[in-house]
Amino acid sequence: MSYPTDRKYTKEHEWIQVNGSSATVGITHYAQESLGDIVFVEVPKVGAELTAGKTFGTVESVKAVSDLFAPASGTVTEVNAELATSPEKVNKDAHGSWMVKLTLKNPSEVDGLLSAADYEKFVAEESGH
Amino acid sequence: MKHLTRKATRHVNQNEGLIFEKSSPGKAAWKLPPLDVPEVDTAALLGASERKDLGNLPEVSEIEIIRHFTRMSTWNYAIDLGMYPLGSCTMKYNPRVNEAVARVEGIANGHPYQPEKISQGALHIIKTLSEQLIEITGMEAITLQPAAGAHGEMTGLLMVRAYHQSKGNARKKILIPDSAHGTNPATAAMVNYAVENLKSDSRGMVDIAALAAQMNEDVAALMLTNPNTLGVFEQDIHKIADILHAKGGLLYMDGANMNALVGKVRPGDFGVDVMHLNLHKTFSTPHGGGGPGSGPVAIKKALEPFLPTPVVLTKSDGTLAFEYNRPQSVGRVRAFYGNFGMFVRALAYIQANGPDGLRQTTEDAVLNANYIRKGLEGTYDLPYSTPTMHEVVFSDKLQAKKGVRTMDIAKRLIDYGFHPYTTAFPLIVPGALMIEPTESESKEEMDLFIEAMKSIAEEVEEDPQMVLDAPHSTRVSRLDETAAARKPVLRWKPTV
Repeated sequence: MSYPTDRKYTKEHEWIQVNGSSATVGITHYAQESLGDIVFVEVPKVGAELTAGKTFGTVESVKAVSDLFAPASGTVTEVNAELATSPEKVNKDAHGSWMVKLTLKNPSEVDGLLSAADYEKFVAEESGH
Repeated sequence: MKHLTRKATRHVNQNEGLIFEKSSPGKAAWKLPPLDVPEVDTAALLGASERKDLGNLPEVSEIEIIRHFTRMSTWNYAIDLGMYPLGSCTMKYNPRVNEAVARVEGIANGHPYQPEKISQGALHIIKTLSEQLIEITGMEAITLQPAAGAHGEMTGLLMVRAYHQSKGNARKKILIPDSAHGTNPATAAMVNYAVENLKSDSRGMVDIAALAAQMNEDVAALMLTNPNTLGVFEQDIHKIADILHAKGGLLYMDGANMNALVGKVRPGDFGVDVMHLNLHKTFSTPHGGGGPGSGPVAIKKALEPFLPTPVVLTKSDGTLAFEYNRPQSVGRVRAFYGNFGMFVRALAYIQANGPDGLRQTTEDAVLNANYIRKGLEGTYDLPYSTPTMHEVVFSDKLQAKKGVRTMDIAKRLIDYGFHPYTTAFPLIVPGALMIEPTESESKEEMDLFIEAMKSIAEEVEEDPQMVLDAPHSTRVSRLDETAAARKPVLRWKPTV
């Protein structure tokens, strides 16, 4: 799997794509693969405040429930309503299925996150393959 | 199947439908005697509430009912049929002596509304079991009320919160290792604490340096399972307790894995302040559908004022009674005094074994897990080489190369006549196979299990698709768990 270079990644397996002071957040291909069939995505409402590194929602698969960690601080401006009825979209296309859009509090926060190449390396070590 | 292991095959009745589908109008399994009292006009009595249409209830004869449920019972798997290696669940044999004692007339027919004067036997059972569990755990007081393990966790944390509150500050968070049972963070959240994750080190144990760095006056307690979910004993347990106590925190022990400790070491001696036990695991009361569970919480003296009410006490005349006047109590957590029938069985188990027997039980449980570890090492990947206690955790790393994962191996194991092991847990092992044989299994049964697991590993190499399609011998094969979660069908509807 090659990870898109137009975004940054967290060690908790979220991706964030920044566009000026706003950003789009989702989970990575590796995350959806480890979770297995996703049956439920729970994200906060528009207007909710996210804090970098803190949980902001959950993803439930047939195997486990996992927390979503905010890659950066900011305010939720939009949520992907489609995932409420079709959570399988995350399995089909994790990098195309965004979960929330944010107005970033401090866009430079994202600079400290992993690049696509670094994330790929991190995943290779974690999975031991 | 190359090496067919010798096990009973089941699922002899493959095509049993729903009882609704057997219905035909007018059939009945009952016949009432002629009415010998004046008939009541229900319409006049109930008015609009009278229901004339009874809906679509099945109409079947007695033998159809008997056959229907008897056939379905043959689809079951139980500890009485074979090994149940479900790791972390301690699915041990439920000795028949427990049942014999539970059926003694005075015990079986007792009622919680009986006056205390004629409930002295039941109170004596509660008191005796309490004392023996306190001795086994090395703790100082106990409540038997909680109805299961997670309920015990909640009761324990409510007492932790009450304890800190009595000191003026309830504190904010609970530390939980990444190898913990999922119920631990859920409990902490239920009791209104924030959860902070604690990373394991390369041995699979609590990282002492990380703990020391994360510990502060905001931490109410650390919830720790020991041995942990890798089946590994936390060797630094004294240091862990010291780090917590130095900052005024408490050490909570999840006693799910107590089957590795009974008669050997006592949590009370290694610094634990609060712990729960699972009578349905360690103390051989039925576990799973055979329920109900029982999750006593044992504590140190400092937490005693906060015990749930009531508490059994001995009056000045020597008789036993429930005490309710405990102003600092967290309150009642269960109707009456918990699942009393389980106390009887657990006490029977403890008394039948005695101290030496319980110690032997622990040694056999650890020996059995190590026998399986030795038998399967090399065939399955062992992610942590730290010595194993009562359960062993492998990973599917070797089989994953052929596209076969832990769940597939577990499904194939059903074809060999075994209940699956625990899959995909603990979370720190990707593709975990968690196996706990308990002391109940003989060497012969474990040899069959090892043989089955080795045979499956060979099948993975030779014909992975066959394993991916398993089970093949059951009434239904792979169920679509995803569709069941995404689009659940919650009731049956007639096809007409």
